[in-house]
Amino acid sequence: MIATARKRTGYLLILPAAVWLAIFFVVPFYSLLATSLYDPEGSVLTGYDVTWHLANYWDALSEYGTVMLRSLWYGAIATFFCLILGYLLSYAIAFKAGRWKTVMLVLVIAPFFTSFLIRTLAWKMILADDGFVVNTLQALHLMGDDGRLLATPVAVVAGLTYNFLPFMILPLYTSLEKMDPKLNEAAADLYANPFTRFWKVTWPLSLPGVVGGTLLTFIPATGDYINAELLGSPNERMVGNVIQSLFTTQGNYALAGALSVSLMVIIVAMVLVYVRKAGTEELL
Amino acid sequence: MTRIGRWIGSHLVLTGGLLVLLYMYIPNIIVAIMSFNDSSGARNLYKFQKFTWDNWLHPCAPNNLCSSVVTSIEIGLLATIGATVIGTFAAFGLVRHRFAGRTAMNLVLFLPMATPEIVMGSSLLALFVAAGLGGQLGFWTILIAHIMFCISFVVVTVKSRLAGLDGNLEQAAADLYANEWQTFWKVTFPLVFPGILSAALLAFSLSFDDFIITNLNSGQTVTFPMYVWGAAQRGVPMQVNVIGTLMFLVALAAVIIGEVGARRRRKALAAR
Repeated sequence: MIATARKRTGYLLILPAAVWLAIFFVVPFYSLLATSLYDPEGSVLTGYDVTWHLANYWDALSEYGTVMLRSLWYGAIATFFCLILGYLLSYAIAFKAGRWKTVMLVLVIAPFFTSFLIRTLAWKMILADDGFVVNTLQALHLMGDDGRLLATPVAVVAGLTYNFLPFMILPLYTSLEKMDPKLNEAAADLYANPFTRFWKVTWPLSLPGVVGGTLLTFIPATGDYINAELLGSPNERMVGNVIQSLFTTQGNYALAGALSVSLMVIIVAMVLVYVRKAGTEELL
Repeated sequence: MTRIGRWIGSHLVLTGGLLVLLYMYIPNIIVAIMSFNDSSGARNLYKFQKFTWDNWLHPCAPNNLCSSVVTSIEIGLLATIGATVIGTFAAFGLVRHRFAGRTAMNLVLFLPMATPEIVMGSSLLALFVAAGLGGQLGFWTILIAHIMFCISFVVVTVKSRLAGLDGNLEQAAADLYANEWQTFWKVTFPLVFPGILSAALLAFSLSFDDFIITNLNSGQTVTFPMYVWGAAQRGVPMQVNVIGTLMFLVALAAVIIGEVGARRRRKALAAR
């Protein structure tokens, strides 16, 4: 009797979230799928017909295949750099910060309260052609006189790395924080050198954080178009830029839908393979 | 100098971590500096010209800047309230109750965090267009979208707080003849409240800062990030940097006040 009442309370509590997400997250996927099968001849004014126009997918991937690959590639490099920088910082906070732990954690989150568009525009200024960084590199002869950073892949990947770093740091920190420092001491007692200690003790124990962090970085970085738009040139266009402009300025809903669905399918497939390889399925 | 050198040598990891932290602050420093820039008559908006207090004294000088901030705050507050209430209920349901479909619910809650914003935004737009609302995009469609993507983050935050809760405290309250309702409001809720508060703060900052989903579903409504995006095509007015710096300071103050308050409560408890 009590058990069924509790069960009912459970359903009632999750009902609002379930309904909201069903209508505005799950159903839209169906709409997107339908959109991707529209007859491309339709328009907002004349209406669309779902004609099972699978050719949209062929068109999308043949026309924007390179853009798609470029997005995945940029996303992957940015994730890699985030992992290195994020690991260093999370490790320092978890094990070396002592009583400054909370303060440092707050300091990690604080800069992100300034709108990310404004911060990305600041990067545009930092990397500008007559800016400090370019001038220094040129003075050191690390870069030719007509070399530039803005509107290059370097700027876009640097922007992505910067923008998604906290998504890497927070899960990494959570899993490192849980680790018992005594394990490291035990390994040291058994004559493991610092390198072995890291690879055999710390790294494996932090894997859930690594997997979580890389997913939370890679997925939004791959779909992003702000960095490519503000810091790159048309040569660095990512799939987000294309979908965005197909939807808003060109009004080609069918092609945009097909490209969106393709991006989602590719990402889900990659995530499944990755999670299986990393062996942390319980994460989901 | 050698002392600093030795400190760095013995704290290599900490030094590296601090450098990464410094890297994260570079844009904020630039934004703060540029908020004092007098850009009037300048060709190059990306260079510091002359010091001025004007931007801070007249932050609303550029057309539509402040109205876009107000729109963002309105949407942010409503989205925060909606998502925090819905998400907190769901977190309690998932942690405290066992029922069929929990796994499915957990998956549905996880997915919005693992979907690229561009896909979520475009599928929502596809829904609104299919429902014949293509011409009515605006405040309400933005609000619907924001509540949608904030719910998951609220659930995750509140859930972790709930899961770390000591069940013995509620047991003790029950032993002292508190009924279920009293136990909830006198014991459980105060203990979970910090989690709810940080979830709300997170939801507000996610909503206030969102651009990609908003841009696709906004119609003619202009939020602050959309204003910045539009202005970026011509050259951003320096007052935008004032708003950016202000947001950073307000958030920092909120976090510090919260932390000091929590410390004081802990001390008071320990002294008892």
